[in-house]
Amino acid sequence: MSEKWTTNLFNPTRRELLAGAAALSATAMLSPAALAQQFPTAKVNTTGLAVTDSEVTVGILHSVTGTMAISETGSVEAEKLAIDQINQQGGVLGRKIKFIQEDGASDWPTFAEKAKKLLVNDKCAAVMGCWTSASRKAVLPVFEQYNGMLYYPTFYEGLEQSKNVIYTGQEATQQILAGLNWVQQEKGAKTFYLLGSDYIWPRTSNKIARKHIENVLKMKVLGEEYFPLGNTQFNSVINKMKLAKPDVIYAIIVGGSNVAFYKQLKAAGIDLTKQTLMTISVTEDEIDGIGGENIVGAYACMKYFQSLDNPNNKAFVPAFKKMWGEKTVIGDVTQAAYLGPNLWKLTVEKAGSFDIDKIAAASPGVEFLGAPEGYVRIHENHHLWSKTRVGRARADGQYDVVYETKDLMEPNPFPKGYQ
Amino acid sequence: MFGDYSIGDLGSILVMQGFSGLILFSVYLLMALGLAIIFGQMGVINMAHGEFMILGAYMTYFCSHLFQSYLPGLYPGYFFVAMVVAFIVSGTAGLLVEWALIRHLYARPLDTLLATWGLSLIMQQAFRSGFGAREVGVELPTWMMGSLQVTSTIEVQINGLFVMALTLLITATVALLLYRSRWGLQVRAVMANRAMSGAAGIDTRRVDRLTFGLGCGIAGIAGSAFTMIGSTGPTAGQLYIVDTFLVVVFGGAQSLLGTIASAFTISQSQSTLEFFLTGSMAKVITLLIVIGVLMLRPQGLFVLKVRR
Repeated sequence: MSEKWTTNLFNPTRRELLAGAAALSATAMLSPAALAQQFPTAKVNTTGLAVTDSEVTVGILHSVTGTMAISETGSVEAEKLAIDQINQQGGVLGRKIKFIQEDGASDWPTFAEKAKKLLVNDKCAAVMGCWTSASRKAVLPVFEQYNGMLYYPTFYEGLEQSKNVIYTGQEATQQILAGLNWVQQEKGAKTFYLLGSDYIWPRTSNKIARKHIENVLKMKVLGEEYFPLGNTQFNSVINKMKLAKPDVIYAIIVGGSNVAFYKQLKAAGIDLTKQTLMTISVTEDEIDGIGGENIVGAYACMKYFQSLDNPNNKAFVPAFKKMWGEKTVIGDVTQAAYLGPNLWKLTVEKAGSFDIDKIAAASPGVEFLGAPEGYVRIHENHHLWSKTRVGRARADGQYDVVYETKDLMEPNPFPKGYQ
Repeated sequence: MFGDYSIGDLGSILVMQGFSGLILFSVYLLMALGLAIIFGQMGVINMAHGEFMILGAYMTYFCSHLFQSYLPGLYPGYFFVAMVVAFIVSGTAGLLVEWALIRHLYARPLDTLLATWGLSLIMQQAFRSGFGAREVGVELPTWMMGSLQVTSTIEVQINGLFVMALTLLITATVALLLYRSRWGLQVRAVMANRAMSGAAGIDTRRVDRLTFGLGCGIAGIAGSAFTMIGSTGPTAGQLYIVDTFLVVVFGGAQSLLGTIASAFTISQSQSTLEFFLTGSMAKVITLLIVIGVLMLRPQGLFVLKVRR
């Protein structure tokens, strides 16, 4: 009778005992001060970032004023929560995170200016920031010129990849394609009416959606309309849609215009429990301003909903509410913003350094098992592997999750045939 | 676009589109009335006009909460109370602003521009500090939401009807006040010749103050009405100010009839073009029309003949 050699917790060999003792003493060394000693500043910070033996500085760059405030405030709250939690668990490489917050004021040149200030004056080791594609495009040259690292939380149109950005939100194919496939299968949709706010994300997303609808699903697009950001009069296009009677209204209206759009839709008698409407721009944050009763029945494609039922989310939602108030809501971008500091911490620990070049190289493969959406992993193209979900809006402002992809969707920011 | 529909259906859609145009007309007119009075009659460029509107909207929000908490039985009618409150609060704020700020700057129109711009920034921050940076949702009583089924294919929005009725009421009231009341006579006299009116015994300071207060009060009512169709947030006033000035200047700054005509022209052009083209193109063509007309006729559509 031959016995395979196995480890036995209750009857350890001498080798195992020695290994266990070594590990125990190693954990005793993992107090923050000791960690900081193990990773001396001179070794982990060779490029002059704001790192000391006890502190590391990161930047937060979002709009807390202006038309985008309704959407971006949640991101700021999530990033502060993540930083607070990380600090309570000992910080990053034994150093507490200190953050400097700047206001982009919903103005893209201001974003670029503040980004430069955070990188050049404050020498932030990382910046969590931006929401609209316009703001990201404005800061991208700054991050590439001054070699910073941006953690960008919003779902966006793709067609971009940078060594200096980690995109913690979905790119278009992860958000749009699976949703369109689902609505065509589930609802037998044949005709679509595309709407959007007039800037790069809705235009590019609708371009991708149109190509997918016409070439892959082989269905029809009846109309495509754009409105300036901040527009409040939608009656004409609502009448046009009543005339065209599409099976699915595909709406990518952004920011404050959402409130006007859904209120006017409801006032015109379009009942979203009967008329299928799919959106990729309305999260729980926007419903707070729109009013749940005005949008009940609409479908949204996101990777995270506050109502998700998994152990990580069950801990995340109460922690968020404890810090920011019982009445706060948590949308997809807020959760993606929460991922930013956590992914940065894991990447720094993997690289053993705060240097931007080293963390850029160490990012692919970093996994975050505590993500409220379940699980995410950074891809070589600096986007995240994540699932796509479709939710249906309820009158109380939350979503019921009606569909979830079985596997993680691979991020593909430059999809062939969609450009 | 018109291929598959019967004449009846098409007719219904065009009626509904015409109705949307009328709603847009009412919205523009309501926004512009307050400013027409201030800018037209007094020559004061009030860049904070949008913020007075939003003040009215926030008062509506406040009333809605008040009624929900303390007088739930009267909730369906709260909107009327809210509009009166909005008028009073915005009007009073206007009186205060006139006394504190505007009366020092009558001889300096460009300085009023800067001063009222600063005022608008202060008010925006006050809203942000008082009500939060995010937009607030104003709940409407159920009877105001949805639409009336006039015929089997024509649906008419209830809040659209409400806005139109309100605009009619306010325009009629303002016209009556201006042309039939003692105060209106004094306002027109001051506008025509300030020095002579003062010599004839009219208290020009008081007339100016009341005019400014009235203009801001009307802005408050407009803001209150707009909670039905748009969003209420600290910077929402900025969305309205440009269109408002456009309507007032295009109509001829000193004429009420001009304001009405200009609101009608701009709204119909915008609404009709939007139906046949896209939203952005409609705005472009509308603005080109306005520019073209103003180049040929810089004083606006209607001008009061004044002997100088």
